[in-house]
Amino acid sequence: MAESMKKKRSFDLSMELIVGATLLIVILLSALFAHQLFPDGVDKIDLLSRLTPPFAKPEHPLGSDPLGRDVLARVVAGGRISLLIGVTSVIGAVTLGVTIGLIAGFYRGITDMLMMRFVDIQLALPFILLAITFIAILGGSLINTIILLIVSQWVQYARLVRGQVLALRDREFILAARAIGVKDWRIIVQHLLPNLTGPVIVLMTLNVANNILLESSLTFLGMGVDPTIPTWGGMLAEGRSYLQTAWWVSVFPGLAIMLTVLGLNLLGDWMRDQLDPTGKTSL
Amino acid sequence: MAGFIVKRMLQAIFATLIVTLLVSYAIRLTGDPALMLTQGAGSITEADLARIREALGVNRPFLVQYFEFLRGMVTFDFGKSFLGGTSVGLLIKGALPSTLVLAFWSMLVSIMISIPLGITAAVHRNKMVDQVIRVFSLVGLSFPNFWLAIMLVLVFSITWNLLPPSGMVGSLSYIMPSVTMGIILTATNVRLVRTTMLETLNAQYIMVARAKGLSERKVLYKHALRNCAIPLITYLGLQFGGLLGGIVVIERVFNWPGMGTLAFDAVGARDYPVLQATIMVLSLMIILVNLAVDIIYGLVDPRIRTE
Repeated sequence: MAESMKKKRSFDLSMELIVGATLLIVILLSALFAHQLFPDGVDKIDLLSRLTPPFAKPEHPLGSDPLGRDVLARVVAGGRISLLIGVTSVIGAVTLGVTIGLIAGFYRGITDMLMMRFVDIQLALPFILLAITFIAILGGSLINTIILLIVSQWVQYARLVRGQVLALRDREFILAARAIGVKDWRIIVQHLLPNLTGPVIVLMTLNVANNILLESSLTFLGMGVDPTIPTWGGMLAEGRSYLQTAWWVSVFPGLAIMLTVLGLNLLGDWMRDQLDPTGKTSL
Repeated sequence: MAGFIVKRMLQAIFATLIVTLLVSYAIRLTGDPALMLTQGAGSITEADLARIREALGVNRPFLVQYFEFLRGMVTFDFGKSFLGGTSVGLLIKGALPSTLVLAFWSMLVSIMISIPLGITAAVHRNKMVDQVIRVFSLVGLSFPNFWLAIMLVLVFSITWNLLPPSGMVGSLSYIMPSVTMGIILTATNVRLVRTTMLETLNAQYIMVARAKGLSERKVLYKHALRNCAIPLITYLGLQFGGLLGGIVVIERVFNWPGMGTLAFDAVGARDYPVLQATIMVLSLMIILVNLAVDIIYGLVDPRIRTE
C-alpha cells in the first residue's frame, strides 16, 4: 500500500514539474527573443487591418487590436514587462525581508518588536488600498510599481525567516558555533542562511506569480505601468471597450497571464512538496 | 484569557493608530487640493488659493488635522467632500453596504462550492477526483479576478444577454460580481477544506463514528465537518482583507457603487477626506475582524493564548 502510494505520488509530482517547467521555458524564451520573433515591432500600426479576428490572416495569428497592432506580438512583449517586474520586485523584497527577518529572529529586541507591529499593519491594509495611497503620492510608473511591490511583499519573507530563525537559534549546531566563539554575522551567514534557502526559494517562486497578478491589476486600474508600454494589464484595460466587437483583444492577454502564473504555481507547489512531503505547509 | 484579550486589543488599537497616521500623512503628500480644484480656472491669485485652503481646513498643522480625523472616526463624522461639499459620512454610508453585501455573497458562493469539493478531494485523496480538483484550484489561483469578471461579462452579458453587464440594478446584477469573487476565493478554500479535512479524518472519533455504523454522509458532514469548523472560520476571517481588496478591483469592472469606486474617484479628484475615510473604514473593519477571529480562536483553543 505504502509502496503504491509512493509510486503514484512521484508520478504526480513529475507531471507538475513537466507542465510547469514547459510553460515557463516557452514563455521565457518567447520573452527573451521577442525582437527576433517579431521584427516588425509591437507598435506597428496598420489601420487597414484593424480588429482582424484571430486565425483569419497569417500575419495576425491571434488577431489585431483597434489600431491594427498584432495581438500576439503585443502579448509576447507584455510578457517581458510582466516577468521583469515580477522578478526584480521579488529580488528586492527577498533582500530586504531576509535581512530584517534574520536580524529580528536572531537578536529579538527592538527590531523584532518593530517588525511584528509592521506585520500587524500590513495585515490590516490590503494591497490594493496601499497601492491607491502609494500611487496617489508618487504616480504610476514601471519603477514605482516595482517599489510598491517590494514595499508590500518584503514582510512575507521577514515573517518566514524570523520564524525559521527562532526555531533554529537554540539548536545544538548554533550553540556549538557560539561556544567556539564564532562571530554573530558568521553564524547568521554561514549557519542560519543555508538552512533557509529551501522555503525562501519556494516563497519566491509563488511570489513572482502573485506579483505578476498584482502588477496586471494595477496596470488594468491605470495605476501601474505607463499605458504606452505594452503590458497584459494595459491590454486588458484597452480591450474592455471593444469587448462587444473584438473579444480576442481581452481574451489572449488574460490567457497569457494565466499560463505564466500557472507555470510558476505548479513549479512552486512541486518544490514545496519536495521540501515537505507531508504537505503541512501547503496552506 | 482576559490578559490575552487585552493584549490583542492593545495591538489592534496600535495598528489602527499607525495605519491612520500613515495614511493621513501619505495622503497629504499627494498634492495641494487648492491647486487641483482651481486647475484650468484663469487668474487665480495666491490669496485665492490661501482662502480655499482655509475653507478646506488644509492649512492647519498636520497633527491638528489628524486628531480631528481620529475624533471623526469615533463619531462617524469625516467632514465634507472637497467636491460638492457632501458629507463624507453619508457617502460612506451609501457605499459600504454595497461592498459588504458583495463580500457576503462572495463568501457564501465560495463556501457552497469549496466545502463539498474539499471534502470530496480529501475522501478520495490522491485519486483521480482529487487530482482534477487540485488542477482546477491551481488554475483558479492563476488568473486575475478582473479578467474573470471580463470573461463573465463577455459570456453572460454580451453573448447570451442573460445578465446586466454593470451597475447595481435589480437582483440579477449581484450574480456576476459575487460569482467572480466567489470563484477566486474557492480556489484557495478548496485546498483549505481538503487539508483540514485530511487531518480530521485521521482522528479516532471518526473511526468510532464509522464503527458505530453511521452513514458516510453523517460521518463526513456531521462529525468531521464540525470539527473542521474552527480552523476554517479562522482562515475565512483572515481572508477578509484579501476579499475586500478583491472587491475594490471588481467594483471597477462592474461599475458597482461601493467603497472601491468611491476610493478610485477620490484619488482622481484629490478628494482627501473621502479617500482617507474609505481607506480607514475598510482597514478598521479588517482589524476588527482579525481581532475577533483571534479572540474566538483563543477562547476555543487555549494553546493560542500562551503563544
